[in-house]
Amino acid sequence: MKEGKLNRSDFLRGAGGLLAASVLPISLVEIACGGGGREKGASNEGFTFAFISDPHLTHIKGTSFVRNFDSGLKKAIETVNLLFPKPDFVVFGGDLAQLGKREELDHGMELLSKVNVPIKFVIGEHDYYLDLGKYWEDKISKLQYSFDHKGVHFVVLNSILTYEPWVRKWKTPEERMNQMARLDNPQGSPFMVGDEQIAWLKKDLEKVDSKTPLVILSHSPLYKIYQPWNFWTDDAEKVQTELGRFDNVTVFHGHVHQVLYNQIKNISFYALMSTAWPWPYPESYQRDKNYIPKMTVFMNRQDPFHERDGTGWAFVNMENGREEMHYKLWENKDRVVKYDDKAGHPIDSEYQLPESRILPQTHY
Amino acid sequence: MKELWKSIFKRKGIWLLISNLVTALAFVGLLFGDDWDKSNEAKWNTAFMETVSRGEALFHGPELGGNTVQCAMCHPNATNTHPETYPKFQKQIGKVSTLREMINWCIQNPLQGKPLAYDDPKMIALEAYIVYERRNSPLNPGKH
Repeated sequence: MKEGKLNRSDFLRGAGGLLAASVLPISLVEIACGGGGREKGASNEGFTFAFISDPHLTHIKGTSFVRNFDSGLKKAIETVNLLFPKPDFVVFGGDLAQLGKREELDHGMELLSKVNVPIKFVIGEHDYYLDLGKYWEDKISKLQYSFDHKGVHFVVLNSILTYEPWVRKWKTPEERMNQMARLDNPQGSPFMVGDEQIAWLKKDLEKVDSKTPLVILSHSPLYKIYQPWNFWTDDAEKVQTELGRFDNVTVFHGHVHQVLYNQIKNISFYALMSTAWPWPYPESYQRDKNYIPKMTVFMNRQDPFHERDGTGWAFVNMENGREEMHYKLWENKDRVVKYDDKAGHPIDSEYQLPESRILPQTHY
Repeated sequence: MKELWKSIFKRKGIWLLISNLVTALAFVGLLFGDDWDKSNEAKWNTAFMETVSRGEALFHGPELGGNTVQCAMCHPNATNTHPETYPKFQKQIGKVSTLREMINWCIQNPLQGKPLAYDDPKMIALEAYIVYERRNSPLNPGKH
């Protein structure tokens, strides 16, 4: 959070609604720097999409929901609707609900119905483990699918499946949901994509040329970061292998509620903040080993007194099939992270060099 | 009067009583002084860990708040609570504050609940859990 008293721009940022017009200079006209590097796609038409994730709408009782989490999603929707030019679509990164309840999913869909561009939905574990995705599939979206957009092949994966014995071990669906909802659960179970879906992915990719830019959308990271909090996909390597022959692969995921980026072989990874609340980096729990990507410059430690601090949304500028991730942190300076040809991995445009970092980026 | 005292102290019984009293006091002194062993330690540790467990349950349940939100949603394994840095100046409160004040702030704001008394067993249990998760971190009062 910025030091000092609330100033006019903070006030306008916080005021939402029509006043959100004051944050309009969100420029979608920024063009990614050109240059060589990764192979360009067949079609080089640039476009942008917005990225909203993890609102965790929480039903209290009757028609009441946790105000704080509602206001995060509303703010993201209002801001995205003000973008000019409009993004081609919004990617929704999962965890619309907190406990998978119909009340929560219905409420979320009502709020999201105000988005003025199409939405591509990814399911999160909080949406899934009450009824194993049934209501989501009936009312919202398929759990896995692919589509092509302006020369880029997109694949949505359901990466929050887990082992069958764990799914069956609970007495009621509510108990299963509650167990999965606890992040630091010693009785948790790691996420996975599963062999069946990997076979589907393989088949889906068969027809795609290896020069075509490929974007994978998932909820959990498709690599391993920290198992005790399930920042983890158990069969991630199998998925990575399927993506191995492509020149240009990017994975966008939610789940971790923080700025995080990584590069594993040919694959760039970007995580997004939640609109509801931020999570600490596993770095902050000093009892277990973690595999937080060394290249990630952490987002600021949040100030709990400003409830939108550490939360936000993003827009992605795709130019020549290459991504430029604009992290929009409502109470902090925005961050721009993009693939760097020389470094061979994503870098932050301002803070990548250790000497350029600021004190609040230190987590302990 | 003197005769009376003399007659009392001449009796053997009274010396026996006094010596027994002295022995008993010494024994009590040993028991409640600095003589304790593994069995005492085990008992105290059990009491402490029961308090930690109660704190863990409160931290992961809806009981403290008014809106089903739980402490652990933002603070898995009590991370980002930094008990080792208190007391410290909280710029938002405008004074040097304690961990218990911050616990109550969280209960009242994100959890929309009622604050606990500072000596409420629930408050002590929360503190025990938070500090236990952060055990072996060096004390660093005032750190930001």
